[in-house]
Amino acid sequence: MTQFLTDPLKVLADWLQGLFTGWGMAPDAAHVLIAFLGVFLLIALVMLLDIFLVWVERKTVARFQDRIGPNRLGPYGLIQPFADIIKLLIKEDITPRAADWVVYNLAPILSMAAVLILWAIIPLAPVILNVDLNVGALYLIAAGAIGTLAVIMAGWGSHNKYALIGAFRQIAVLVSFEIPMVTTLLIPTLLAGTMGLNGIIEAQDIWFVLLSPLGAAIFLIAAIAELGRAPFDMGEAESEIVAGFNIEYSGMKFGMFYAGELLHAFTFGGFWMIMFFGGYRFFGLEKVSPFLAAPILLAKAMLGYWIIMWVKYTMMRIRIDHMLAFNWKFLTPVALLLLMVTALVHSMFKDASTLLYVLTMFGSNVAVGLGALETARQHSRRQRSKVEKPVRSAPASA
Amino acid sequence: MQNEWLYIGLFAVVGLIIPIGAISVGWLLGPKKPNAVKQDTFECGIETVGDTWVQFKAQYYIFALVFLVFDVEVVFLFPWAVRLGQLGLFAVLEGILFISIVVAGLIYTWRKGMLEWA
Repeated sequence: MTQFLTDPLKVLADWLQGLFTGWGMAPDAAHVLIAFLGVFLLIALVMLLDIFLVWVERKTVARFQDRIGPNRLGPYGLIQPFADIIKLLIKEDITPRAADWVVYNLAPILSMAAVLILWAIIPLAPVILNVDLNVGALYLIAAGAIGTLAVIMAGWGSHNKYALIGAFRQIAVLVSFEIPMVTTLLIPTLLAGTMGLNGIIEAQDIWFVLLSPLGAAIFLIAAIAELGRAPFDMGEAESEIVAGFNIEYSGMKFGMFYAGELLHAFTFGGFWMIMFFGGYRFFGLEKVSPFLAAPILLAKAMLGYWIIMWVKYTMMRIRIDHMLAFNWKFLTPVALLLLMVTALVHSMFKDASTLLYVLTMFGSNVAVGLGALETARQHSRRQRSKVEKPVRSAPASA
Repeated sequence: MQNEWLYIGLFAVVGLIIPIGAISVGWLLGPKKPNAVKQDTFECGIETVGDTWVQFKAQYYIFALVFLVFDVEVVFLFPWAVRLGQLGLFAVLEGILFISIVVAGLIYTWRKGMLEWA
């Protein structure tokens, strides 16, 4: 019983292995079957969470806009997302005549699958490892690229001008912000000395956000852009191009894009917490039982998701040239500079006392951040002084 | 090692099955009454004019090219970052030199005016 509390999956897997081999199944086949059951269970739970996220998102946006949000179906409107799903399911499945059937129908599937396979590497607890991949950070980037593919497939396959414009813009944003995101992903990798997500969490005796606050901030900005959420939602921009790349989708196909986007945001909230806020670690509580560690990670991921929503419902949409200029002329140089500074300071001070190490790391980050902001401020001031002529206040015509 | 990729493969399979299943159920349950107007391309209310798959702005292509260069170079840095602790100061300086070359490329692109949305 105590072993069940500390390592429930192993106990269950051993029990099932015994059961299946007892039925005369080959041990290898039993192993694959158990793995399949585990994966299926996890993905089913993630989908359930996704349904819940629809409610969270609607309730939160309502509060941001001084409304109540869904409150009719069930307590606090909790049954509302199920009603939404039933509605989506009984809608007609429409493929526009002009659309490319294969590409058009594959896009929502890939959009959802791209998010689901990310959950393969999320360490929920020290022993509940889905997969402790030793190239976790690279896998995160690679799996994210499938989502990019889904966007361009939806835009191109729909054969709709709005969809195509939206997809082009979205892709420009996605590929541009990939650079600062990958660069800031290098920072936890560098500090932990491993690409495995579990290793990165284990290495965070001091949360990496203290060692690299600027890295955490850049990762969050780049992640929001990767998600295609406001203020970077050029691809959807409902007030300009109606719904952007998913304009032609309806019913469950639209539902896949919608659910995929919400789950993606939650997942990246989780990754942000894993990379910079210690993942499932919370003052040693995670060592007690995985039943405690997994809720800690999910609560942190929910906090990250909430911050992403907070940004989304507070900021205005940015024009595409401003957005790309912000990325290529500010975020990317700052991220690369930060990577150099972090590598140098980390290797010089890592053997010093903990306090000195943390202080120098934190201080160098603050210095890089403030320096970058000051440079940008002076540059824009110079730009403005070229355009604006000094205006002498006209005498009041009395 | 092999075992891990088994899980990844299973995740990919199940991750594809679930959306396919959801869309198939939607197709089964929904009404099937297609008509010409319903299957038309959506636009502001009138029929769409001209070709949709047109030539796109060259700037998208240039940004994609710049991205490609940077993404490949940054991915090269992952092994360096993992082993940085064991390699000492020389490796750090070499890494910084490498990143400096990448930054020089960025500045070159910038000065050439390739980062302008003209």
